[in-house]
Amino acid sequence: MNLIAKGKALWGGAKNNTQLQNEKNRIIRSTKSFLMSAFRLVLIVGISYVIISPLLGIVVSSFFSNEDQYSPLVYMIPQTPTLERYQLALTRLDYFTVMGNNLLYVLSLSVIQLVICAMVGYGFARFKFPLKRILFGCVIVMIIMPSHTIMYPLYTTFQKFDPLWLVSAFTGKAQNLLSTPVPMFLMTILGTGLRAGLYIYIFNQFFRGLPKEIEEASFVDGAGTFYTFVRVMIPNAVPSIITVTLFSMVWQYNDLSYANLFNVSNDIVMSKRLNTLQSTIANVDRIVDPNIQQLYVFAGIVMMILPMIIIYVFLQRRFIEGVERSGIVG
Amino acid sequence: MTVTKKKRGPTLLQRRSISGLLFCSPFIVGFLIYYVRSIFMTFQNAFSHITMLESGQEELTFAGFSYFNDAFNIHPSFRQTLTSSMGDMAIDVPLILFFSLFMALMLNQKFRGRTVARAIFFLPVLLNSPSILTALQTAQGTILGGNSPVSTVVMDSMGTTTGVNMDFYLGLLGEAFPTWLLDYITGAVGRISTIVTSSGVQIIIFLAALQSISPSLYEVAKIEGATPYETFWKVTFPMVSPLLITNMVYTVVDSFVNSDVLALAYRTIFTENNYSLGSVFSIVSMLGVFLILGIYGFLASRITFYQD
Repeated sequence: MNLIAKGKALWGGAKNNTQLQNEKNRIIRSTKSFLMSAFRLVLIVGISYVIISPLLGIVVSSFFSNEDQYSPLVYMIPQTPTLERYQLALTRLDYFTVMGNNLLYVLSLSVIQLVICAMVGYGFARFKFPLKRILFGCVIVMIIMPSHTIMYPLYTTFQKFDPLWLVSAFTGKAQNLLSTPVPMFLMTILGTGLRAGLYIYIFNQFFRGLPKEIEEASFVDGAGTFYTFVRVMIPNAVPSIITVTLFSMVWQYNDLSYANLFNVSNDIVMSKRLNTLQSTIANVDRIVDPNIQQLYVFAGIVMMILPMIIIYVFLQRRFIEGVERSGIVG
Repeated sequence: MTVTKKKRGPTLLQRRSISGLLFCSPFIVGFLIYYVRSIFMTFQNAFSHITMLESGQEELTFAGFSYFNDAFNIHPSFRQTLTSSMGDMAIDVPLILFFSLFMALMLNQKFRGRTVARAIFFLPVLLNSPSILTALQTAQGTILGGNSPVSTVVMDSMGTTTGVNMDFYLGLLGEAFPTWLLDYITGAVGRISTIVTSSGVQIIIFLAALQSISPSLYEVAKIEGATPYETFWKVTFPMVSPLLITNMVYTVVDSFVNSDVLALAYRTIFTENNYSLGSVFSIVSMLGVFLILGIYGFLASRITFYQD
């Protein structure tokens, strides 16, 4: 009797146990995945905060009035918001004119960059010619080598611009191209613009990944090399094109080193103008408090990054997909 | 026979190679006239005294290594700037690589708001301009400590001893771990904002690599009973490892552009008009970058898995 009861209890326990086991496993699994997503959430939100908070600080501060700036009670939300910072920054930056010029400058450089780098990348990807490996090594050198190593020689080159003594033959003396946007264009047209090596590399990797058949088909149909490139290869390279466009626009827009080197005018390059905004505000408008000056600079920065943010919002989804499919990964 | 051959013109292969050269010609010309010439001139400047003649011409006289000697033994700050820049770079590169791979793994998982998170993580690339960066740093100070300058100062000083006495706990850990490792990690935490803001592109590149891994590999691993840990080391990591070198090169070059030693070289050339010394600075720092690239490249190639 006792034995039977014991056996029954054991049997029931075992039966219960499998259920219990399943239950236990389920709970463990769901807890694990819950903990995992909680961890991920905390991490991503935390790091997003690190990225966004200074930006938020700039945007918010640009609306502060003088009292807000000094009031210890004000945090994030201004008590007496003002647009005065924007008004003054707008006039001192000469915003609309300069921004128009700047966008035109950046856009045209990006288009040239795109055309040239796509061509060169295609040339390296699909053709065999003597010294190809060495020449592609030069592309890598261009990516790796800091452009600052050749700053001064480039400066002198464009200061006394005289390719093959042609200019001096016509005008009598070498041309000084500094303080015009011409040097940047000259460099970009010859495939050595800002970070051009990287773009050539991206296009090269991408074109290498495309199947040879589509090209051969177009040759069989009687298309020439250049026609094939324009009509067959380029339409297939949209992901790379988006990637390179966004990169080249953003980097060209933010670039200060070449703009300073070639002394490109303030009326064309916004970031240069922004650099001098604080001293302009101090000297022309006689606002001597550096903390208040800072607010104007913040307003200027908000206005400067606005176009890029707008472009990025529109291109964002396609851009990230584009990078995933473009040649960076190879 | 030869005449008919000439009439037939170049063969298809020759024609292909000519059009290939034509496609690449802008770059070849540009590289020759801008890069090769400039590199040559930089070296020439570094090894010679430059005197400006009244006609605006430069006169070069050979100076041997005297400017290199000046740079290392006489110039007050070059050695220090160089070592600190190179040291920063050497520290930041592994951290950035590790962080960006980790974040790419996070962002590659499926969860709600993934697109938004990706957009945010790429944002720093848009803001990567020197003037914006300085302003961002100031703004970060103000957002941490309210906006009045007084509290910024207070918060800055508090930053080192936040409420909990971290040094005490670190001291306890110090019994178990070597101090240099602890210093490295606490240093990394201090650099978190630098690291986050400079790993946008790298995260995107790793993400792209992760997306391109064929799902069948994971399927096989699952069928064979691999744990997630094993799957990471046997499948994911080998597949993204070729991108380690790409990202490393990108990181080094990118952090070099904003380094102090370049600022010093720039100042020496364009403000102090000391062309030879400035050229020496750029050459030495370039060699330093190549050295770092070489060392890390060697280490990375040891753990890189190539499919063919």
